[in-house]
Amino acid sequence: MIGRKALGRMTPSAAILAVIALIAAGCGSSTASPSGTGSTPAGGVPTANLPVLKTIGKGEGALNLIAWEGYLQPEWVDPFEKQTGCQVHATYAGTSDEMVSLMKNGGGGIYDMVSSSGDADLRIIYAGDAHPVNISLIPSWKEFFPAFQSPAFNTVDGVHYGVSLQWGPNVLMYNEKDFPTPPTSWSVIYNPKYKGQVTIPDNPIQIADAAVYLKYHDPALGITDPYEMTQPQFQASVSLLAKEAPLVKKYWDLASQEISEFKNGDATVGAGWPYQVSALKGIHFPIGSVIPKEGATGWADTWMLAAKAPHPNCAYMWMRYISTPQVQAEQAVNYGETPDNSLACGYMNKIQAGSCDQYHANAPLSYFKAIELWKTPVATCDNGKPDCVPYSEWESAWITQVVG
Amino acid sequence: MAASAEGVTGARLSRLSVALWRRPWARATLMLTPALAWFVLIYLAALAVLLITAFWEINPFTTNIERIWNLSNFTEIFGNSAYRDIIFRTVGMAAGVTVVDAIVAFPFAYYMARLATPRMRTVLYVAILLPLWASYLARVYAWLLIFTHDGILNWTLGKIGLPSVNLIYTNKAVFIVFCYVWLPFMVLPVFAALDRIPPTLIEASQDLGARTWRTLRSVIVPFVLPGLVAGSIFTFSLTLGDFITPILVGGTGSYFIGNVIQGNVGIANNVPFAAAMAMVPVTIMAAYLLFARALGAFKAL
Repeated sequence: MIGRKALGRMTPSAAILAVIALIAAGCGSSTASPSGTGSTPAGGVPTANLPVLKTIGKGEGALNLIAWEGYLQPEWVDPFEKQTGCQVHATYAGTSDEMVSLMKNGGGGIYDMVSSSGDADLRIIYAGDAHPVNISLIPSWKEFFPAFQSPAFNTVDGVHYGVSLQWGPNVLMYNEKDFPTPPTSWSVIYNPKYKGQVTIPDNPIQIADAAVYLKYHDPALGITDPYEMTQPQFQASVSLLAKEAPLVKKYWDLASQEISEFKNGDATVGAGWPYQVSALKGIHFPIGSVIPKEGATGWADTWMLAAKAPHPNCAYMWMRYISTPQVQAEQAVNYGETPDNSLACGYMNKIQAGSCDQYHANAPLSYFKAIELWKTPVATCDNGKPDCVPYSEWESAWITQVVG
Repeated sequence: MAASAEGVTGARLSRLSVALWRRPWARATLMLTPALAWFVLIYLAALAVLLITAFWEINPFTTNIERIWNLSNFTEIFGNSAYRDIIFRTVGMAAGVTVVDAIVAFPFAYYMARLATPRMRTVLYVAILLPLWASYLARVYAWLLIFTHDGILNWTLGKIGLPSVNLIYTNKAVFIVFCYVWLPFMVLPVFAALDRIPPTLIEASQDLGARTWRTLRSVIVPFVLPGLVAGSIFTFSLTLGDFITPILVGGTGSYFIGNVIQGNVGIANNVPFAAAMAMVPVTIMAAYLLFARALGAFKAL
């Protein structure tokens, strides 16, 4: 009886429409949104003047981390927990966008750190979600390659907001049974011959992968930086992905999804991280991977400290621990990426002979330039002109023109 | 000692119940307040906040919310053909799932209500409820294992000499899984409606010379319709808002309203746009409920 009466009086849709109309009428005048969005805000970093820790105190017993899958393996997390008593609670994120979003969760008081990439770091810093870090408390930082000591993506005006971690390429993965001759070009994922067998990440930053391909194959477009594209260059990259869409079996959200796609035979070729390659090799699956001749996109990750980290002492202990050459070597070999610590090379070869060369830990500068590291596309290009397509347009183009 | 303490408590309780019996308004307030408070605070307040947020926007670089009133989220949703396609795809999927579930549920519920022995009825009842005790995720993953390229379905087809089918990561897979997971929500209200038809009415219909088809049309269907509509509210609204099944078994072109909302809340952190998008299913459901009310779905409550 109550339900019926209430329903009779409410007429929900009419009420909603009335409210919409009211609000719409009330704000008809103040419409135009401020432009200039997409570049770094003029006000600077909101958290720049927060006091940093002077000495590392007693651990709080817990550490809440947001990480890429494969970054918190028991091989190096278990010894850390035993040494410090800080229990690591992991949350895995599939994209940089998700990491930016998670850092805001609950007003930012839940997580201590995030292992975000160069395309997310500045967004987290300028949103006021990162805390300045006293880098002198992390001794191994001095052993880092100079390019990763104070890189522009995690250090603003000399203030560090985290400590650099590792870096590496996004690779072309293929099933060796289906590709007896290893592919040397990204063209295989755009080839109709492999319709329904291709898998690529569900991530707007993939537009840069298409740009890397076009930079090589269509020089007339004049792409110089895949993250700084003019509207025509951007559209060309998006249309390449839109043409690829019918060939794609699935846009994967989590690394584990891509692993099971290859394992179950649903995909035979695609774009992925070295982590999926080593995971599949670990179960003796015939997976191959290559950095194709066009080059590749890649990432440079940082353990960023959250502005409202509930366990700062454990966070500093973690930064100290993860930066040491031994642990850097362990993670590099396990994941298949390049460590930032210049002393890690020797330890890598101890874990797996030849791995230092294999993962380029001794020749980073030459190799460094072949990889287009993820960064946040902003409206202002490096030459100062406002011609570039900002990241918000990458996101909407990804949904409306590629995967939607 | 213990007995007398019990006696005191018992006396107090009976005094309380007398007091409540004398004041019906106090009884009603006491019983309804928790539920109503929950409804107003959690549900209506959340809905209001959602509605307001939809008229704000975010700074695209830091994703912080900027409280600037505008309609850009709505113009984007209705002006962009991709979002319109997603809305139509979602409504089409919800309608399709509802129709198939109704067709599958009706004979099943009819058998349960009118033909099965009491023992058989209990067995069927448990069979319908049992899957609801298992996690939704576990059930969807089970379908993933069935549909996948080297999965149970293709393995079976291969054993009996049939060509393999390509279902996983398609909208067909999403459709089948939706039909499966929401089926109990259709069977139960239809069963309840059928169970309530007095057998005398059917006998009377037959006594008056009506054949099976006529009895079905003039006696059974009018009784079952509110049950069907009630069930369709579940299947329709649950499909309208789901995003997990498309993520797990869907492929390209498996973006639904729920995925757009989830992507904007959980990944892009564009809460205002997600709020605007969430108003779409809310509005559709409001219209659907009004339609259901006109059909008398709530008379059965």
